[in-house]
Amino acid sequence: MFSFSSIQDYHVFLTGNPNGCVTAVGHYLSVIEEKKHLNAFLEIFANDALQQASALDVQRATGKPLGKLHGVVIALKDNLSYKGHKVSASSRMLEGFISIYNATAVEKLLAEGAIIIGRTNCDEFAMGSSSENSAFGPVKNGLDETRVPGGSSGGSAVAVQMGMCMVSLGSDTGGSVRQPADLCGVVGLKPTYGRISRYGLIAYASSFDHIGVFANTVDDAALVLESISGPDEFDSTVSQKPVPNYLAQKEKGKKYRIAYFKETIDHSRLDKEISTQIKSFIDVLKADGHTVEPVDFDLIEYVVPTYYVLTTAEASSNLSRFDGVKYGYQSSVKTTDLTEWYKQTRSEGFGKEVKRRILLGTFVLSAGYYDAYFTKAQQIRHILVDKAKEVFSNYDAIISPTVPTTAFLLNEKAKKDPIEILLADIYTVFANLTGIPGISIPLFKHSNGLPFGLQVLTEHFNEEGLINLSREMTKLKQ
Amino acid sequence: MELTDEMIDDLAHLARLRFSGEERISVKKDLQKMISFVEKLQEIDTTGVKPLLHMSDTVNILREDEVQGSISREDALLNAPVKDEQFFMVPKVIKK
Repeated sequence: MFSFSSIQDYHVFLTGNPNGCVTAVGHYLSVIEEKKHLNAFLEIFANDALQQASALDVQRATGKPLGKLHGVVIALKDNLSYKGHKVSASSRMLEGFISIYNATAVEKLLAEGAIIIGRTNCDEFAMGSSSENSAFGPVKNGLDETRVPGGSSGGSAVAVQMGMCMVSLGSDTGGSVRQPADLCGVVGLKPTYGRISRYGLIAYASSFDHIGVFANTVDDAALVLESISGPDEFDSTVSQKPVPNYLAQKEKGKKYRIAYFKETIDHSRLDKEISTQIKSFIDVLKADGHTVEPVDFDLIEYVVPTYYVLTTAEASSNLSRFDGVKYGYQSSVKTTDLTEWYKQTRSEGFGKEVKRRILLGTFVLSAGYYDAYFTKAQQIRHILVDKAKEVFSNYDAIISPTVPTTAFLLNEKAKKDPIEILLADIYTVFANLTGIPGISIPLFKHSNGLPFGLQVLTEHFNEEGLINLSREMTKLKQ
Repeated sequence: MELTDEMIDDLAHLARLRFSGEERISVKKDLQKMISFVEKLQEIDTTGVKPLLHMSDTVNILREDEVQGSISREDALLNAPVKDEQFFMVPKVIKK
């Protein structure tokens, strides 16, 4: 019986098992089949994964040098392009679409010997916080099937949570990796804006979109991050900075200066027990020699509205490419007016939440409202970036809850007004507004039986500090 | 700010979307709520603050101008809903 604990242990297992990769893939295919009802996967690439696995087993036998992710079984969120395979952003608009190239992150995974097992369900075009907005049905939380896994990368979170793969990739525009990681009890890492190329990631809001990683451990997430980061000719916003070895543990034993925003920990929407448990963890950190201090953040109530104005504006522009001509869904309703025909196709192809966001984005960019909403939000974004710089001039990290509550019930928020569910992102959007790296680490268990995490943020391109501190915190909690 | 039916129709047109009947009523209600939600931003004094336009500090990453990165016609047409051997096709839109 195959079991997985970490990539490092798996690589030890492979040295004594000539058919180890095939064994691993076989194991995951059967778990995926067994957990099919959770709707985490939209498609399994069974044959391709088995072929990759046996080729890797052969390669290992010849003694050739192995990739960092040799034989690691990975699931991709359904908005990452994998050449020759379908990708739909969980939308009718892209049903049946086949990628004609690899996303850079996928290319790098393959180059390091990873095995791609399938594509995972998510909110349509990554717009949502519960994975209920998928055109292909909601994803269920594996720990309690009446509850959501969070979103938008819910399928990727559940895939790791339930052992359907070793690690997975998601995307994080306002918290879509960290929030489902929190609700599912796994590690969710979003690096600095520009650390990982976005080439081949289906765009939602380009200045907010990040590729992120789900894993069981901080070290596994760090290894995947290291493998997929770095310069890329196909993304002009990606950083030219060299990628460090994130597992080097250069800061081992360091005592950190940690800030927390009072307004986050004492927020009226925050579950009382989450607040209490995080406060007692702050005492644990202090007892271990770290400095943990409160910092004022009076802009907390403005982060979600700012995020919402800017992301919907970018989405309305990005999603204008879906015209039903070059690819994607096309209406069968006949018309002789091209504009009417576009409208017909787009109205049939997009789901409700996507249309709402396109419409708000169109509004904030329209003549007469542009300065009052869009420019205003860009100005506030500037203030937030300055705020982050100010905090990091005094502190190594900021900690907070990742999400105000544990996993909520399916249909609990989706049927209510569209604002309610947005507030689930109140703690996560700051990192996307400012571009700083963030992680959710599964440190806590609520008395209701559900897990929740701690969010850690560090300054731009300090993933090393983020990873090391997260590792230290995980040890302290054990 | 109060949204009117005319504004909804105008925005829908700009976004190349169409809403009618029940859907139009619910979209109007939702959009009204969403606008009220983001109106909160007006409370912040941003006098003299420059809008943030770019997320990265990188400027002008240059490379040699080489011909590369193109795809074949077959690949380009692969996902087109209606096509022939050479072209994307749309319904006939020229009126006689």
